[in-house]
Amino acid sequence: MSDTVTTPPRRKHYLNVDYGIKSWLLTQDHKRIAILYLISITFFFIIGGVMAALIRVELATPLGDLVEADTYNRLFTAHGVLMVFLFLIPSIPAVLGNFLIPLMIGAKDLAFPKLNLGSWYVYNLGALLMVAALLRGGTDTGWTFYTPYSSTFADSEVILTALGAFVVGFSSIMTGLNFIVTIHRMRAPGLTWFRLPLFVWAHYGTSLIQVLGTPVVAIAILLVAAERLLHIGIFDPALGGDPVLFQHLFWFYSHPAVYIMILPSMGVISELIAAFSRKRIFGYKFVAFSSLAIAVLGFLVWGHHLFVSSQSIYAGLIFSVLSMLVAVPSAVKVFNWTATLYQGSISWQTPMIYALGFIGLFVIGGLTGTMLATLGIDMHVHDTYFVVAHFHYIMVGGAIMGYLGGLHFWWPKITGRMYSVFWSKIAAGLIFVGFNLTFFPQFLLGYMGMPRRYHAYPEEFQILNVLSSAGATILGLGYLLPLIYLFWSMRYGERAGDNPWGAYGLEWETSSPPPTLNFDEPPVVTTEAYDYLSLREKKLA
Amino acid sequence: MQGESSHAFGLAHHFDSFDQQREASYLGMWVFLVTEIMFFGGLFTAYVVYRSGQGAAFAIGSHELDIVLGSINTAVLIGSSLTMALAVWAAQTGRRKAIVAFILATILLGGLFLGIKVVEYSAKFEHHLVPGPNFHWQGPEAPGVEMFFNLYFLMTGLHAAHMVIGIGILLVVAILAWRGSFSPENHNLVEGIGLYWHFVDIVWIFLFPLLYLLGRNIQV
Amino acid sequence: MWKNVPLFPEQASTLASEVDALYLTFLGISIFFGLLVAGLVIFFAIRYRRRAEDEIGRPEKAGIWLEITWSVIPLAILLGMFAWGAKVYIGAFRPPSDAVEYFVTAKQWMWKFQHPQGNREINELHVPVGQAIRLTMTSEDVIHSFFVPAFRVKADVLPGRYTTLWFEATKIGTYHLFCAEYCGVEHSKMGGSITVMEPADYEMWLAGRDTGPSVVASGQKLFRVKACSTCHRPDSATLAPILHGLFGEEVELEDGSTQIVDENYLRESIMNPIAKLVRGYKPLMPTYQGQITEEEVLQLIGYIKSLASDATENQGPESDSSSPASTPDEG
Repeated sequence: MSDTVTTPPRRKHYLNVDYGIKSWLLTQDHKRIAILYLISITFFFIIGGVMAALIRVELATPLGDLVEADTYNRLFTAHGVLMVFLFLIPSIPAVLGNFLIPLMIGAKDLAFPKLNLGSWYVYNLGALLMVAALLRGGTDTGWTFYTPYSSTFADSEVILTALGAFVVGFSSIMTGLNFIVTIHRMRAPGLTWFRLPLFVWAHYGTSLIQVLGTPVVAIAILLVAAERLLHIGIFDPALGGDPVLFQHLFWFYSHPAVYIMILPSMGVISELIAAFSRKRIFGYKFVAFSSLAIAVLGFLVWGHHLFVSSQSIYAGLIFSVLSMLVAVPSAVKVFNWTATLYQGSISWQTPMIYALGFIGLFVIGGLTGTMLATLGIDMHVHDTYFVVAHFHYIMVGGAIMGYLGGLHFWWPKITGRMYSVFWSKIAAGLIFVGFNLTFFPQFLLGYMGMPRRYHAYPEEFQILNVLSSAGATILGLGYLLPLIYLFWSMRYGERAGDNPWGAYGLEWETSSPPPTLNFDEPPVVTTEAYDYLSLREKKLA
Repeated sequence: MQGESSHAFGLAHHFDSFDQQREASYLGMWVFLVTEIMFFGGLFTAYVVYRSGQGAAFAIGSHELDIVLGSINTAVLIGSSLTMALAVWAAQTGRRKAIVAFILATILLGGLFLGIKVVEYSAKFEHHLVPGPNFHWQGPEAPGVEMFFNLYFLMTGLHAAHMVIGIGILLVVAILAWRGSFSPENHNLVEGIGLYWHFVDIVWIFLFPLLYLLGRNIQV
Repeated sequence: MWKNVPLFPEQASTLASEVDALYLTFLGISIFFGLLVAGLVIFFAIRYRRRAEDEIGRPEKAGIWLEITWSVIPLAILLGMFAWGAKVYIGAFRPPSDAVEYFVTAKQWMWKFQHPQGNREINELHVPVGQAIRLTMTSEDVIHSFFVPAFRVKADVLPGRYTTLWFEATKIGTYHLFCAEYCGVEHSKMGGSITVMEPADYEMWLAGRDTGPSVVASGQKLFRVKACSTCHRPDSATLAPILHGLFGEEVELEDGSTQIVDENYLRESIMNPIAKLVRGYKPLMPTYQGQITEEEVLQLIGYIKSLASDATENQGPESDSSSPASTPDEG
């Protein structure tokens, strides 16, 4: 690893402290576990991405002519299941959160290192079950597993896939539990709650959701499996059950799960905007508390997925107004980020491009979300491509932009190397353009009435679908580039300093890559969060 | 790894003090129990939804349960919580043999509970009250009664699974205690499994009235 | 009608313009705020770009009033949109009293319709323009969703219960019908069309085919064949409740609670009679679960509903080509 620059004296850090497969597979170091997660989720992101590509190729023509209808159904199910459970939910928490939270709070590790490693194995066990389901032909229920289709009618590997989601859920609970305890009990001296980086606040909110929501979907999945396996009636009306009860249990978790994906991303964006404006985030406390508000309110809005499901009108009214409320803390974040830019010292580095792109895409995703929460509009666009476009703006435009922005920001800390600035900016641009081209036409398609999960569609929808597929090509290229240049940088990249961006934060005070126990000297915090004035003084001194 | 040698025995490398380690361990256990509450909460929700729709059939169903065995089991489980609490006390005061003895008593009572549960389950098998193709109920309430037994088996089954896991962990803790792994400063494992055991006990305290008692006053 | 590049769906129901007005207003507000944020972000990012390597941003005190302002203004706008949306939604689920009832049965992967006059259609529905039409829908297997984009209406169709939806077409033409809830292999083929016709053309269309007995007549026949009439007699309430004038009324149940007699209650009482027994009656009625198809249940309910309007006589209208407006009032 040392052939580019003149070799400095070899410093021990978490990457070179030990070699060999065993030192990785049995590691308890949160940084190494983060790398393990990074490898796993990248693998499933690629598989899920290939499936998305197949879906878009199929939809380029109105007659389902590339694959059979049944195959198509299995494709979009696998795409949804892999992307949600194996990529998006663990992405930022299990990779960036895992790597950074102990560093940011000045701890040597997470509170439960063995549990952390265990969560990675549990994740892979669940993933293995899902892969087994795929190899046996896949599942055709959609990632939502709606009953009674999933519990009685579907003729595919429902139980294996559901069991996979069940098991992966436990890894998510383990991560959340670990973060909560770590943030409560492992902070460095002087690091009070209101000195915490907003990334940590966002993860605290995320962890609450993981801990409170995941068990409920676990039991719902277990009940579907029981109904399917033992033919006892829980959800199938033919057996005396209530199919809508499943939808309630499912969305009680799966709506907050959207916040599991977007909250950490918001945390990343707060860090990026502070670092590349060299300025304390405007309204720090409001941004911090908005994370908690989103986490709490997120649990009260699940019924907005059931506006046309035979739920009573009154329930619809309540869930609609609560959904409007949850939009406010999101809006507060956006306005505070924008205000932070005012009189900042703004540097157009690659991570900042992702952050600014995130704001734009998240605003579109959020506003269309409030449209969907409006009863009179949802009635028309529910279960159409409008919904597909909306949640991709949140999950891809929001969560993945944040993830990539964060990965580019902390990459020099993680690997000690710098990637190609030129290529990274090209990739960011491609992703932004490709993403909008892919998903913006889907809003129009949705309002025109194209339902989601359609293998074939009427001809008049073709032009917009072709546009969307073309955009997906650009988007795919955009995702391919970082894979190449980041990998390349690990060997050939320039050595990055300890703090290449001149950013504030404990993680930038230790060396890159950090030593196994994170800090040579246990840190003591004496300044407020994002105190760039003190950072500059320290440098001058 | 650097720095570990300076650490006291039993203190993990990433903690600064026993206090920190203990507080982390307790908080972790409590958070875990919160996830357990949410897990059972899903089933309780299903129970509330279906009971509100077919209360009469549920009352009939609860008449089919053996209230004597159910009451004995409640007493057994509360007794096991007492022995568990005594085991924790023994750990706090550093009585090695007492820890082992009280944990063994807890295991014994837990085993007794499961044994009685097996007797109850097998009676249901004989009476064709187990949901599925073999379920048989004479009369128009059949669908509601079957739903009652669906939930009965799911809820008590999940509870029993928690008991089995708890007994397994208790066995390990008993062995560790015998080897003298715990001290008054460091016995987080005993405290943790204690919290877990009390939680499982409390779940039963809710299950017993919901399944055995509610509706029993109604003549069928 | 779809010749040009379509960017907006056709408006073909009274509801369509309401939904579109709501949508376009919200869209306008969204575009305003979207451009505001995007404009500020771009402006600040250029105006305050870093000019020196060691430059830092100028920190400012957070303004509590600023925070309140940008929380309260969005909240007020959102609550306004909520209220408007709620109004449209409630309207969409409350059919006018003169709506004519059509029955819809969904199954993998087809839509079955029955006109009040008795005519049946599969995957196609012909309706007269300018007439409020109420659909009572159920599914024989999984959950489906009835969706006509040109009408801006959608409602899930569930097994084991009824959902309703209504629309009044305003424009002659043929419009897409989609299934919007994923329902299995041929989900994307589970569609069809709604043809909106001039009332006179609709009459001719009805007359031009074998309509068969009306829904009420079929229900009346079933009522005899399935032996409902042995206990449910118009002259005696000893064995079973009198059904005349029952629909829409409130009955007292065994446990003292009350229940409005609606379609879902009737269905439950046919399929699982003891679930909600009317006070004073013994659980004598056998279950018809598995003995009767979903369409037959709908016909029976149609018949029982027809008894609501004339509590004395037991006759519904005979099968004829009477205009939809003259079919029994649903009250």
